Amino acid sequence: MLAYTIKRLGLSVVITILAITLLFLIIHMIPGDPVSTMLGPKASPELRAALEEKMGLNQPLPVQIGLFFVNMLRGDLGVDVFTNRPVSQIVFGQLPYTLALIGTAIGWSAPLGIALGCVSAVRRDSFIDRLTGILSVSVIAVPAFVVSLYSLLFFAVQLKWFPAIGAGKSGDLPDQIWHLVLPAFAIGLSWVGYIARLVRASMLEILGENHIRTARAFGLPENWITFRYALRLAILPTITVIGVGMGFLLSAAVFTEIVFSRPGLGKLVIDSITTRNYPVVMGSVLFSTLIFVASTTISDLINALADPRIRNST
Amino acid sequence: MEQTLKTRGETAQIFHHLVRDPLGLVGLAIVSIILLSALFADQIVPYDPVALNIPDRLQGPSLTHLLGTDQLGRDTFSRMLMGGRVALQVALPTIAGAMSLGLLLGMIAGYGPRWLDNLILLFFDTIRSFPTVMFALAVVALVGPSLNTVILVIMATSIPTYGRVVRTLTLSLKSAEFITAEKALGATNSRILGVHILPNVLGPMAVIAAMDIPTIVGLEAGLSFLGMGVKPPTPSWGSLLNDGYSLIRNTPWPIIAGGLPLIITTLGFTFLGEALRDVVDPKLRGRGGKK
Repeated sequence: MLAYTIKRLGLSVVITILAITLLFLIIHMIPGDPVSTMLGPKASPELRAALEEKMGLNQPLPVQIGLFFVNMLRGDLGVDVFTNRPVSQIVFGQLPYTLALIGTAIGWSAPLGIALGCVSAVRRDSFIDRLTGILSVSVIAVPAFVVSLYSLLFFAVQLKWFPAIGAGKSGDLPDQIWHLVLPAFAIGLSWVGYIARLVRASMLEILGENHIRTARAFGLPENWITFRYALRLAILPTITVIGVGMGFLLSAAVFTEIVFSRPGLGKLVIDSITTRNYPVVMGSVLFSTLIFVASTTISDLINALADPRIRNST
Repeated sequence: MEQTLKTRGETAQIFHHLVRDPLGLVGLAIVSIILLSALFADQIVPYDPVALNIPDRLQGPSLTHLLGTDQLGRDTFSRMLMGGRVALQVALPTIAGAMSLGLLLGMIAGYGPRWLDNLILLFFDTIRSFPTVMFALAVVALVGPSLNTVILVIMATSIPTYGRVVRTLTLSLKSAEFITAEKALGATNSRILGVHILPNVLGPMAVIAAMDIPTIVGLEAGLSFLGMGVKPPTPSWGSLLNDGYSLIRNTPWPIIAGGLPLIITTLGFTFLGEALRDVVDPKLRGRGGKK
């Protein structure tokens, strides 16, 4: 396990370094530079030069990338153009909102999806299996921001059951939870269907395997076999999918935060784009990339911990 | 495994299977309607989608305006129809580009030497580590909103989806008996790749493409909703939703009109993709949907 962990972590570090370098190169290759983006086309050459120097843009590209990594390791992602506050501080201030949203969304949808998938597999071809099947396919691919807009329209504006804007008063936990209901519903909905299908498929596969037949032959109660043997293994793909799906969750969070005017990483990026606050945009993108790489790494490690075949295969 | 999947007879067979599956039939019908309505949008729209008509603004649905009008009196139904064009204008080139590059890189990775395989896999993993929307926003922040930017960014981030599957298929085909036989007969690498491996990879590619289109259409709509895609007054489903969002307390209809075609498109292509997968390759089960 230790060898696998080291190898997997090493790969993640390499991917992170490559991703950031690539991001840097792409930003430099495309037309439009951060300085004109921030100052506008009419800025005086002196002003441009000053900002270029402040951001280190007058250095050769490899030096810039190197400096960026050194600064990043020190936790320095540059400063906000307007307020001069450190970007890392701003991002950390918004991060909890996004993580709470994503966490709540997965928190309600994964257990429900696993339960539905499990029931569907055990009662195969029953009414509930068919119903789950149709509902899953229907909700899987509907974009989260459409669900956000529709639920905002129906449940907040028309029916007024839930609040429409914001994240609730700080320090008032019930109020904050109340504000989380609709956004978390919108992001989680498609995951219920997705996870249900996934768990159903892997449950059916596992229930047909030899060790389950052996367990049955020993006369173990069916419920025991389902929950202790089959489900434990059938959940594994779900972990991978949530890990890899972190990019989707983050994307969905961007839209949902805008729709419900919630603070968070997504709203931060959009607001910084509209105000041309370039360092904050870069910082937020960087952070979401880091979260994504970390989540895929963790899900791989959990899988390896649960399934010795994975960690011994490489 | 058959040498080529897409001979004429088999294409007809696939179609036959597709139509017999109720899910496939519904999917095919929805997709055809979407394609046709986008293709002939300018002939079937009842009103000019960008024409202003202030006296008739913010109306509810009626026989004259099927889905009502927006804050400038523009006919929402006409805007919805024209929006389908933008959606396909983005989705089709994106899919074509991502699929071609994915095919090329995937076949090189699967067929080429081990070090090249590792290098390309690392490249795929790196690209996949950018959350698409965040990445798109960063690029748009620099070059300004445009559909071409949206196409390029989504294309780039979709390459690994195709490339990884092509690589796996190529790897398993590489050691298939009929390939070994071809090699023994002295076939060149380009012949093996072009004549034998490519046709066998295309079927699964079509399945992934069908499943991927809703994701891309959704992304375009999402970015246009954020004002990062189409420029006004061009109607797209995303800009319809954006208009509707700012009018949410006045009229529900633009939001309903922008969201409904997105949901229908998604369902149509997903049904079609699922049915296609069952016909083309049952082994691909569970590959579609989220990346």
